[in-house]
Amino acid sequence: MKYRSVFDIIGPVMIGPSSSHTAGAARIGRAARSLFGRKPSRVTVTFYGSFAKTYRGHGTDIAIVGGVLDFDTHDRRIVQSLDIARREGVEVVFLESEEIPDHPNTARILLEDEAGSTEVTGISIGGGKMEIVELNGFELRLSGSSPALLIMHHDRYGAIANVAKVLAENRINVGYMQVSRKEKGSMALMIIETDQSVGDEIQNEISRLSEITGVTVLQ
Amino acid sequence: MNFRTVAELVEVAESENLSISEVMIRKEMKDFNKPREEIMRQMAENLDVMEEAIHRGLNEEVASQSGLSGGDAQRIRKYMKEADVLLSGADVLDAVSRSMAVSEINAAMGTIVATPTAGACGILPGCVFTAADRLGSDRETMVRALFVSGAIGYCVANNAFISGAAGGCQAEVGSATAMSAAAVVEMAGGTPSMSAEAVAIALKNMLGLVCDPVAGLVEAPCVKRNAMGGSIAMVAADMAMAGVKSVIPTDEVIGAMFRIGRDMPTSLKETALGGLAATPTGRAEERRIFGKSEK
Repeated sequence: MKYRSVFDIIGPVMIGPSSSHTAGAARIGRAARSLFGRKPSRVTVTFYGSFAKTYRGHGTDIAIVGGVLDFDTHDRRIVQSLDIARREGVEVVFLESEEIPDHPNTARILLEDEAGSTEVTGISIGGGKMEIVELNGFELRLSGSSPALLIMHHDRYGAIANVAKVLAENRINVGYMQVSRKEKGSMALMIIETDQSVGDEIQNEISRLSEITGVTVLQ
Repeated sequence: MNFRTVAELVEVAESENLSISEVMIRKEMKDFNKPREEIMRQMAENLDVMEEAIHRGLNEEVASQSGLSGGDAQRIRKYMKEADVLLSGADVLDAVSRSMAVSEINAAMGTIVATPTAGACGILPGCVFTAADRLGSDRETMVRALFVSGAIGYCVANNAFISGAAGGCQAEVGSATAMSAAAVVEMAGGTPSMSAEAVAIALKNMLGLVCDPVAGLVEAPCVKRNAMGGSIAMVAADMAMAGVKSVIPTDEVIGAMFRIGRDMPTSLKETALGGLAATPTGRAEERRIFGKSEK
């Protein structure tokens, strides 16, 4: 079941004009921001499919940038996000790809600063719902039927145990877990699907753990 | 308190003697481990946003950046006051003008509630506020109506689709119209089965509708399709309240919508490559709005 809550259907409260091209795009941008963990100095957005054809008219470009600036779907500042980004020194580049994507509304976002970079690919599946399908080259296979925690971390001992401890202390049960890395000792990704919702407090607690570089909760 | 289809939803409701809204509220409480008050409050906030959007659309100067939409909701309101005879009647035009008002606010990048999408955001507020006027409904009845439409939308979204990009306008304005019809039936005191019939009747009249927005913008024809969606929902609700039944069961209509959407060419699914978007005037508008840089 891709849509789980009545508020997936009646909601979100958002700035128009398109739930898939504006609100869903803002949510992809905001998920990318929280995975990066800080404000980037440079953002490169590549649009695919319907996004590539119609992003200007739907404000997909300003919505994604608004999300990267950490604005929610109903934040009026989204309308001014390109100006705000410029004022705050965030360089923004938009690219259109001719490649045929698996899903018509696909965007790839590269966030960079002097300390590093994160690349996130998201799809907007309709009604403001979105899914993150790729993170730093790791393909994500989320069921979409449970809340999911995406945690970027250094590949060191104890990182997984520390996260598990926080979840246990908060009485959150893990339904599915996947850990992957590119090579030994480099960056790794934990994907954890949980039975209970993970609130902001728990998310902050995890992001403060050592070896953790970014945390995103997909409800 | 679980359901995946409209038939299961009606079965749960009628076997336990509950309304559709109550089934949806209890499911939400259970699935997300939230107290009733929190869920009711969140939905009441959505209703407030809808009311504000209607108010703005009917009272403020609304124009989109492209100039393709804005002002029609007020035009209809003015006509309703001044015309000697209203051909389709004041009740229908109330729903139509309110649906349009919210849709115009959306096109102008105002604040709306996606129901189920932004492209179809006018229909549910238009119908719920019009029905509340007619029926003298209290606020809780209106909030409950949003849960009814959410329950129907949940079934449509998980068994078919709710976005124009995925299934054409039938999936977007079509779903919203069906959801709204069901909501209004419960407001009027109809049974869960009657709500389900209203869904089938409304959606059948939206099957095959393509998503072909001019210049790819959620304006033309979207605003007018929201207006007509509002009228179809109200009439479908009346038909269901009268005891009219759909020959094809509701879930099979949703299944038909899914297959039609799947078979629909990409050019008619929000890509602005076909339909009205590809007419000479549609193309001219596109060039006017985006200039020569647009291919």
